Amino acid sequence: MRATSKWLSGSSFRIVFDAVFHKEFVGLKSDKRLRWRTWVLVAALALVAQAPIAAEWVRQWLPLAKDGIHDPKSPALEVLQDPAAALSRLPADRVGNQVNWVAALEQGVINPRTNILPETKVRILDTDILLNLHGGTPIVRFPHRQHTLWLDCSNCHEHLFQSKAGANKFSMERILQGEQCGVCHGAVSFPLTACARCHNTPRNKPLPAAAVRGS
Amino acid sequence: MFARLVILVALGAALAAAPAEAEYADVVLNNRSEKEGVRAVIFSHWFHRIRFRCKVCHDELGFKMRAGANDVRMVDISNGKFCGMCHNGQIAWGAERCDLCHSGRSGLKSRIHGGHETLGPGRW
Ligand code: HEC
Ligand code: HEC
Ligand code: HEC
Ligand code: HEC
Ligand code: HEC
Ligand code: HEC
Repeated sequence: MRATSKWLSGSSFRIVFDAVFHKEFVGLKSDKRLRWRTWVLVAALALVAQAPIAAEWVRQWLPLAKDGIHDPKSPALEVLQDPAAALSRLPADRVGNQVNWVAALEQGVINPRTNILPETKVRILDTDILLNLHGGTPIVRFPHRQHTLWLDCSNCHEHLFQSKAGANKFSMERILQGEQCGVCHGAVSFPLTACARCHNTPRNKPLPAAAVRGS
Repeated sequence: MFARLVILVALGAALAAAPAEAEYADVVLNNRSEKEGVRAVIFSHWFHRIRFRCKVCHDELGFKMRAGANDVRMVDISNGKFCGMCHNGQIAWGAERCDLCHSGRSGLKSRIHGGHETLGPGRW
């Protein structure tokens, strides 16, 4: 089961993606074949995503000595903390660090520092933006609040996204290439295999009134 | 095409059995370390984000969000920049505890581990 979760967030997933989005088709944005391939990918993912749900979920983390990057002979291993010691106490998730970091913060289980320089202004914004209003998958509700609890405006604006509703052209492929939302999601924040956490708002119901319409 | 995909999915699942994998979002910094005779540096996001929000390092301290993109030198750290903004004996233990940061096995490249890599186009 651990293998499945690792697979979902790991590099073998890339092999399948590369097979679906064959190199020469990437870049032909409006190509019909590309759209078809996207759906094959969705279907394949939906299929494999079923696997871990069936059985009981047990979180496990490799000790540092066996994680493949630490030198097992390093004297530091006697001092450094193993992930399991810290992460097993935090709210569970199935992907990434197997921690729901948003919940950890909101439930007050952790309270990481917001600044170390006393003069820094800590900026929080509350608005939600609806993205992917014209696609086929569920609408993406981007929450500023959960992001600005962790991040500063300058981590996204203006170099990743213009701060104007509807001004940005998003694309799932570019996200999968590690651009746009994919700068963080898939690297440090929850990985891109957690589709429903971004595609989180049904299309056939009235849209949340308070949210700003993006693209 | 579909048959090929099914085979690839199975292959992917089989590959996932590969044992050792770094914790999600661990970063290896090895632009100079090994060339200069010390172990590569391992930075863990999971450990630090329990204590600090992203904005502390990526806004206040100015770490660029791209593995390998920050030109971190040991002299700068000793002078209180980069990791040395905290590893100065005040916010966290000081730069004299070399082994705690320089703990990587040999032959590692600078990159992010665990999830996809964003070190270049097409690599995730
Ligand atoms: C914003 C402050 C801050 C920055 C910047 C920072 N650290 Fe840390 N680091 C800490 C704190 C706090 C601890 C915990 C110290 C303690 O337990 O006494 C820590 C602990 C560690 C540990 C030990 C983890 C363990 O298992 O005990 C390592 C290794 C480490 N840091 C490496 C780095 C490296 C490498 C960098 C630079 C790339 C860096 N840190 C930058 C604050 C920071
Ligand atoms: C980090 C957030 C995020 C995650 C995770 C994510 N997406 Fe997306 N996705 C987006 C955004 C933002 C768009 C909007 C692109 C646009 O406006 O055209 C999008 C667009 C799409 C589209 C094209 C528009 C449509 O609805 O037809 C597809 C297909 C899609 N995503 C599928 C997926 C699948 C499958 C997954 C899981 C493997 C996934 N997405 C995970 C953010 C995400
Ligand atoms: C994680 C990335 C991220 C962070 C951090 C972030 N934003 Fe945004 N912001 C976005 C995205 C994505 C949009 C949607 C743009 C679009 O619709 O094309 C947006 C839209 C906006 C808009 C236009 C929509 C509206 O409500 O009128 C404003 C203004 C804005 N952001 C301000 C801020 C401020 C102020 C902060 C810091 C407190 C901030 N943002 C932090 C990603 C971010
Ligand atoms: C600069 C980094 C960054 C970028 C860019 C970014 N995110 Fe996030 N996002 C985070 C972090 C950090 C969290 C906290 C959860 C975590 O780390 O797993 C988060 C959490 C979320 C959540 C979960 C909220 C919840 O209540 O559980 C959603 C949904 C989300 N992001 C969507 C998006 C979408 C859509 C985009 C692109 C428009 C985007 N993010 C771009 C860093 C980022
Ligand atoms: C204690 C400092 C610290 C904190 C806190 C921190 N980071 Fe980082 N981050 C780093 C360092 C150091 C690097 C590696 C830079 C390098 O290799 O030059 C990095 C790299 C990254 C990268 C680049 C990965 C890639 O694919 O190349 C991303 C994205 C990132 N961080 C996002 C985040 C997010 C999101 C958070 C909050 C959840 C966060 N970081 C919290 C220090 C930090
Ligand atoms: C807080 C973490 C930390 C500690 C403690 C630390 N280093 Fe480093 N060191 C780094 C980082 C990060 C780099 C840049 C890594 C890279 O890209 O190769 C580095 C680079 C180096 C380099 C490469 C050349 C250069 O000058 O940049 C040498 C040699 C080095 N350190 C020696 C030491 C020695 C000796 C000690 C103990 C006195 C020490 N380090 C303690 C984090 C640390």
